[in-house]
Amino acid sequence: MIGGRATAGLGLGLAVAVLTGIAANAVARSHDPIVIEITIHYSHFSPDSVTVPAGQPVTFVITNSDPIDHEWIVGDAATHERHRTGTEPVHDARPTEITIPAETQKRTTVTFASGGSELFICHLPGHEAYGMVGTVAITR
Amino acid sequence: MRQRRFGRFGLGLSTAVLGLFLAVTPTLACGGLIGPNGAVNLLRTTTLAGYHDGIEHYVTAFQFAGGGGAFGSITPLPGIPTSVVKGGDWTLQRLIRETSPVQEFDGFRAAAVPAASAVELMKVKIDALDLTVLKGGAADIGAWARSHGFRLPPDAPEVLDFYAARSQIFLAAAFDADAAKVRGQQLGDGTPVHITIPTANPWVPLRILALGKAASETVQADVYLLTDRAPALLPAPTGSNGIRLDHSDAASASLLTDLHSDRGMDWVPSSAWLTKVAVDGTAGELGYDLAIDASGAGRPSAVDAGFTMPGAVIPAPPPDLARLLLAIGFVGLGLVGLAMIAHARPTSGRPIGW
Repeated sequence: MIGGRATAGLGLGLAVAVLTGIAANAVARSHDPIVIEITIHYSHFSPDSVTVPAGQPVTFVITNSDPIDHEWIVGDAATHERHRTGTEPVHDARPTEITIPAETQKRTTVTFASGGSELFICHLPGHEAYGMVGTVAITR
Repeated sequence: MRQRRFGRFGLGLSTAVLGLFLAVTPTLACGGLIGPNGAVNLLRTTTLAGYHDGIEHYVTAFQFAGGGGAFGSITPLPGIPTSVVKGGDWTLQRLIRETSPVQEFDGFRAAAVPAASAVELMKVKIDALDLTVLKGGAADIGAWARSHGFRLPPDAPEVLDFYAARSQIFLAAAFDADAAKVRGQQLGDGTPVHITIPTANPWVPLRILALGKAASETVQADVYLLTDRAPALLPAPTGSNGIRLDHSDAASASLLTDLHSDRGMDWVPSSAWLTKVAVDGTAGELGYDLAIDASGAGRPSAVDAGFTMPGAVIPAPPPDLARLLLAIGFVGLGLVGLAMIAHARPTSGRPIGW
């Protein structure tokens, strides 16, 4: 009798432990950054359109396969207007503005606060006109 | 005597380059110019691609057009040069005069000359030019350019791959405008460069002229070919594809004499064919190079023109079904005819000759 109760208790305890683990894992996963990979080849972003949720960290892994440097700058219209005439040779101070040297990979994590859309652009001379523009659609 | 002979032309040339005074970059024919900020400004240029005895002689010129600092250029070459030396003093100008004769009283308007990691195979300094022959792929050339302070324009990765797939030999030219000033070079002064390249058949890089330009921008250049016989060209310069045939004729004796007497031009034969191809199109049209078959076989290479990559399998054209049926029909008719002749032949009688 005692043996049966002990077995039942053990089973219940195991079930609770498993469920707790699953729940904890789910909570942890919900806080893991979403990873989006972007490749730069022949001075074009691929993909050039991504969708991310608002309020959740998103890690962009950007691989530059070109033999020239590129930038990945994401932001609103005012941000891009500022960079079109900017003179910073290298960007590494903000997660939304990074330089990816030739044939290297960079990671950056960004949390988009609100819904809507923003552009990511390479602002090195001539690169935007050549088509180095992409869109981030931010969903609520 | 020679000075007087070219004096009028020189005056015309000086006037023509007035248009370059406001420019701040030098120009190099058939090369993509690269500024430290990635800016590219290639004006109308002139190049001679001569071919004789299996050697391509590539003569082009840098023009000092003012400004300061350093600028660079990358020119794809069909093979490893045996020499890169200062070019002759009047070869390019004399070619222009040959196909655009100076009017007797019109000298001022004539003669329009508007104006790492790679392996360094050869380094040559000519006046204010530092020339380096490089061997490597697009990544190597990109690394070399970066390490020398030059930023390639955004289309460079694709263009360098386009060339490196056929020949991984490039000529990098770094032009020091400050050094040019110190040397006393005047605006419009050109530094001709003569590159000697052994090759089975020559080709002239044209796509590189569009480097750094928007697809709708105009590209203009004059390419002179001097070959033993009339060359076959691919693509054919139709005038509607960005290149136009402006001249094709046996070279005059006076031209050949003048060219032969210039520095380093003693390879010029006593008879030759002169072709002038004018590049006059948009950057978007120039997705090819100029392949030349100077052998007389009339088969310029699609690979040299950049239409096909080396090693690519060219698919055989699908059989023409109508022609095939027609051929089978003729064969069938022939067989029927033979059968009828055999049937009609008399089986008895003495054979002829008996």
